[in-house]
Amino acid sequence: MITGTPKPIEEILEMLEPYDKIIVAGCYGCVTVCRVGGEKEVQVLASTLRLAREAAGRKITIKEISLERQCDPEYIEQMRGYVQDYQAVLSIACGAGIQFLAEKYTTTPLLPGINTGFLGVTERQGEWAERCQGCGDCVLHLTGGICPVTRCAKSLFHGPCGGSVQGHCEVGKDVPCGWQLIIDRLKALDQMDNYTKLKPYKGWNTSRDGGPRRIVREDMI
Amino acid sequence: MKSGSNLEKVLAAGHFAVTAECGPPRGADPEVVRRKAAYVKGNIDACNVTDNQTSVVRMSSIAGCMILKEMGIEPLLQMVVRDRNRIALQSDLLGASALGVRNLLCLSGDHQKFGDDPQAKNVFDIDSMQLIHLTRTMRDDGVFPSGQKLDGAPKFFIGCAVNPFADPFEIRVPRLKMKINAGADFVQTQCIYNMEKFKVYLEDAMRQGLHEKVKILAGVTPLKSAGMAKFMKKMVAGMDIPDAVIKRIADEPKEKQAAKGIEMCIELIQELKEMEGIAGVHVMAIEWEEKLNEIIGGAGLLPRPVVE
Repeated sequence: MITGTPKPIEEILEMLEPYDKIIVAGCYGCVTVCRVGGEKEVQVLASTLRLAREAAGRKITIKEISLERQCDPEYIEQMRGYVQDYQAVLSIACGAGIQFLAEKYTTTPLLPGINTGFLGVTERQGEWAERCQGCGDCVLHLTGGICPVTRCAKSLFHGPCGGSVQGHCEVGKDVPCGWQLIIDRLKALDQMDNYTKLKPYKGWNTSRDGGPRRIVREDMI
Repeated sequence: MKSGSNLEKVLAAGHFAVTAECGPPRGADPEVVRRKAAYVKGNIDACNVTDNQTSVVRMSSIAGCMILKEMGIEPLLQMVVRDRNRIALQSDLLGASALGVRNLLCLSGDHQKFGDDPQAKNVFDIDSMQLIHLTRTMRDDGVFPSGQKLDGAPKFFIGCAVNPFADPFEIRVPRLKMKINAGADFVQTQCIYNMEKFKVYLEDAMRQGLHEKVKILAGVTPLKSAGMAKFMKKMVAGMDIPDAVIKRIADEPKEKQAAKGIEMCIELIQELKEMEGIAGVHVMAIEWEEKLNEIIGGAGLLPRPVVE
């Protein structure tokens, strides 16, 4: 899922300074699962903002809504009827959702209420960890199902570097060395042959470096 | 000769080679390089110039190499893949070769988190293994990795670094083999203090005949004090300093620890010199270049051979 963290309330209040009537918009997708941008978080954020503005002697009117997904046009359209009645929309969906709202409602300012994180997994309740950078050219079959691009702090294709110590990365003792994980797994799978092969230079053109990416499925159009 | 560098010639002639390193300054003053280089001159066959080591911004390695060259010292260009993509790496390789730099050390580079700019974006477009391969492709095939023909191939004696003490230990020799297959001509090791572990590594490498395919230069760093030893052991990732080594220097009174550190370093070099499979020594006297003559001379490695 796409993860995220709430922006500090002070930052949000500063963004809202020019406005007295806003929509707080959540999303039932990824951000609901990682509990940063769903219906419940919309309620909590709206209440916090009301209280803060009341304490500051300047009330704010807030409409609370949550869309099925902010990354799909059909759900975004559901706001069409009332968006113009508000001065701004504070979205706590991921960056994709926030941008899509901004694209569809061109005359209303869109404000981000969360910092979008990464493509990750729930390692345990309340803890998420990155697993994929969406580089567009998956090599997991060669690396024991563990991604060198994401799990190695240097995205090395022939790791580990000299900074791998007792299973942790040189960037911190709480960061597992991605290449130690890969080697452990390749050994368990009896696939160490994969380790000693020289890998071709990665084509980053399928990653973000090639510019904004697009997937077109002719069979679905 | 692949590059015609002095280091390559010295090794090819069967001499026990000596390299050292000069860290460029945190500023634009060339005198700092010249001061350090004066201590290096005459004591070595080539001198490494580090590339923004520990991710701290310093004068560029190529510039440092050129200052050394002006002084008649053979430079060895260190190049990390942390800060430059393949376009910049290739360009700098061509530039360095055009300026007469003939030795290269291909490195990953410490993570930027350790430097003064932890917020910097890192590059790692290719890794150090691929930089070795890229350089060899340009040198031997006369083409860019893209396949485009070069207007003059760069000439480098290609080196790599290995850390026999990092984890996991069992892939350290296979990794050296990969670097040789990628195109490494010589290797400089991480500082050796744990001789026992190093011997296990070397024996394994020799069983596979790797010492015949690559020139192994053993890395040593003289300890200035017990405090420095403890600091390095604790703070430098992949640095293996056994307690017995620390004890030996810590047992000396403070004012005699530096001399002890030099004595220990000389002993180590002498031991390495006698070991089969070791082609030379890389003396990293970090911010202690003034002791290089004493160390290298003390180990019986002066004067340096002149090979035509």
